Amino acid sequence: MKILLPALSPTMETGNLVKWLVKEGDDVLSGDILAEIETDKATMELESPDDGKIEKILVKEGSENISVNTEIALLSVEGEEIEEKIEKPIESSQPKIPNGADTNIKEINISMGSLLKEQSDSLETKNWSEKEITMREALNQAIEEEMIFDKDVFLLGEEVAEYDGAYKVTQGLLDKFGSKRVLDTPISEHGFTGLAIGAAMSGLKPICEFMTFNFSMQAIDQIVNSAAKSLYMSGGEINVPIVFRGPNGAAARVGAQHSQCFISWFSHIPGLLVVAPSNARDAKGLLKSSIRNPNPVVFLEHELLYKEKSNVPEENDFLIPIGKANLIKEGSDVTIIGFSMSVQRILNALPSIEKLGIKPDIIDLRSIKPLDEDLIYKSVKKTNRVVIVEDGWGNTSFGSHLSYLIQSNCFDYLDSEIIKVSGKDVPMPYAENLEKLALPSTDEITSAVKNVSYTS
Amino acid sequence: MNKKISNSFSNEQLLKFYEKMFLIRKFEEKAAQLYGAGKIGGFCHLYIGQEAVVIGILSSINSEDTVITAYRDHGHILARGVDPKSVMSELTGRKDGISKGKGGSMHMFSKANRFYGGHGIVGAQVPLGVGIGFAHKYRNEKKISRVYLGDGAMSNGQVFEAFNLASLWELPVLFIIENNKYGMGTSIGRSAAGNELFERATVFGIKGEKVDGMNFFTVSDAAIRAREYINNNSKPYIIEMDTYRFRGHSMSDPGLYRTKDEVNKMKEIDPVLMMKESLLKEYKFEEDTIKDIESDIKKQIKDVEKFSLDSPLPDIKELFTEVYL
Repeated sequence: MKILLPALSPTMETGNLVKWLVKEGDDVLSGDILAEIETDKATMELESPDDGKIEKILVKEGSENISVNTEIALLSVEGEEIEEKIEKPIESSQPKIPNGADTNIKEINISMGSLLKEQSDSLETKNWSEKEITMREALNQAIEEEMIFDKDVFLLGEEVAEYDGAYKVTQGLLDKFGSKRVLDTPISEHGFTGLAIGAAMSGLKPICEFMTFNFSMQAIDQIVNSAAKSLYMSGGEINVPIVFRGPNGAAARVGAQHSQCFISWFSHIPGLLVVAPSNARDAKGLLKSSIRNPNPVVFLEHELLYKEKSNVPEENDFLIPIGKANLIKEGSDVTIIGFSMSVQRILNALPSIEKLGIKPDIIDLRSIKPLDEDLIYKSVKKTNRVVIVEDGWGNTSFGSHLSYLIQSNCFDYLDSEIIKVSGKDVPMPYAENLEKLALPSTDEITSAVKNVSYTS
Repeated sequence: MNKKISNSFSNEQLLKFYEKMFLIRKFEEKAAQLYGAGKIGGFCHLYIGQEAVVIGILSSINSEDTVITAYRDHGHILARGVDPKSVMSELTGRKDGISKGKGGSMHMFSKANRFYGGHGIVGAQVPLGVGIGFAHKYRNEKKISRVYLGDGAMSNGQVFEAFNLASLWELPVLFIIENNKYGMGTSIGRSAAGNELFERATVFGIKGEKVDGMNFFTVSDAAIRAREYINNNSKPYIIEMDTYRFRGHSMSDPGLYRTKDEVNKMKEIDPVLMMKESLLKEYKFEEDTIKDIESDIKKQIKDVEKFSLDSPLPDIKELFTEVYL
């Protein structure tokens, strides 16, 4: 057996043979130290790869800059001499380069696209029997229906059971499903999130509630490293069908640590789907789709929207496909894009925008990842002007990425710069007036629309 | 408690356990060699010295039981019965790797063999494993989730959250601390305050013990005791394995934090050699019987090496697959 100078670190290319600790004729056991090798980082010990006798030393001690894989000694191994001579040395075996099309960065979008196509478009247009309820009730209905539909679905989180939910989203579920399927956890996000992901790896479908998404930061390693990456790094073996849900963004005067939007954080991560509904109807249809989805879904709600009402189908087969945006108002002059709470802010600004004689397309993204790029680009190619509204901080935000996507896909259609109205880059202040200033305002949205329209 | 349960193994079973230990040893030696030759990249954490732990535990395992561990996982996935060829091909980053070359040394999984990885973040596998135990209980399955963790993980916060949840919800989980005395280069004495590591779980009401992890028979006895306890009480259990790794933390570890004398002294209680001695002296197996097993494994490892180097690189289309299902 040939002993080659090994690579003893991921970056090592050459090494110095400081000292031999064996001489020709010595018997050695596998793992015995044969020599000291100086690498680019440290002095390392070279261990014998097998039991045998040192037949010949080929490189003298004190030699410097020996390339990795140089033969430095011969080891005779019992019963292996004959085979060894005809065996190919390791270094001669080069991996075969597979054939294949050029790597195309668009393919990731294509694979996201196939995710969308699997879901039926027709469901939203069916004649549903509808009732006006709050988003809180809609979310509750979605969870209840899916727990009836699939016994692998269970709910865990802080105060979800006996307390009826910190925001009453999970009210009454403990009574309906019992403590086996509706579990109060200790205040232990890292632990219970990991537990939920482990349960999902073995095929259950957990709904993991964060009392608010601020607390998900305690568990972000599990969300990013365990939930999002397992499918890929297992070569498709382990999927993680889980929904992380709870209120996200600024509520009202709860201060810096309880007021932030995590859309940009989670939409950054390959492997996660990110959904952020703005109304009760979408909340129900999207939460049901999220629970049925085989991927990890981050489902971002908003405390201030829990009480908002809209008409919601009562049938339990009502689903809204993930990845479909909603053109909630059709116009011609400018495309205004929002999601979750910022849709509300855009609607609040609408009267003053219309007063200017401007007719906007208003897009509620609903899903951040996958993103309904087709609908966005179609609108932009029609209006040639874009305003993006987001509650989160503007620095390296999702809105920044969206404006990049629009300029690269609709460059020739734009008649103006894209304007982004974001949260101010400050920790959320407590004082009422300062908090208001930190979030996108009606005036800011109206003035952004004016600016992209070159109207004074 | 009866300390001599393992004597009930048949000759065939004992030889099988030795064969597995020897397979892991030879597999890891080959991995070290291939790493040295630049055929394996990145991080590569070898299991050499700890073989008695995984095989001792294996001797108590129901084939339906699940296993999860951290990144020193080659021995674990081999013990679970996954083809060494697909494990080595994963280390060489090839198409035929168990994770299609997309996971690497630290990220290997096999649902069919009930092996849930292969996790690279210290401590993270512990809540995950408790979650797998939760699923067993939820489905009324008579299975135990076996969760391995190192001594390093025993100072990681989420591990204690997981202990609390496992005990609070009475989940069928066996925690196995592989205390090899060093979390990377930091000795246990420099990282862990207090007494024995397993005692950190007992404050949550989890029963446990510390055993000699270099000896297959002591590990096996403890593992069987643990299995009986979990099955009879529907509660978690913890075993701390007193063990040692003979090689560095990973392949690029110069080992400045421990003396050669210490390593050599531990090599005197090499678990593979001790098991062999036991089979020869106490169980009176023929020398040739053992030799045949060893030469078969050596031959197998040659095939494994060849296969893992002949397997092509993953198709470049694999870059974009399996991000989403």
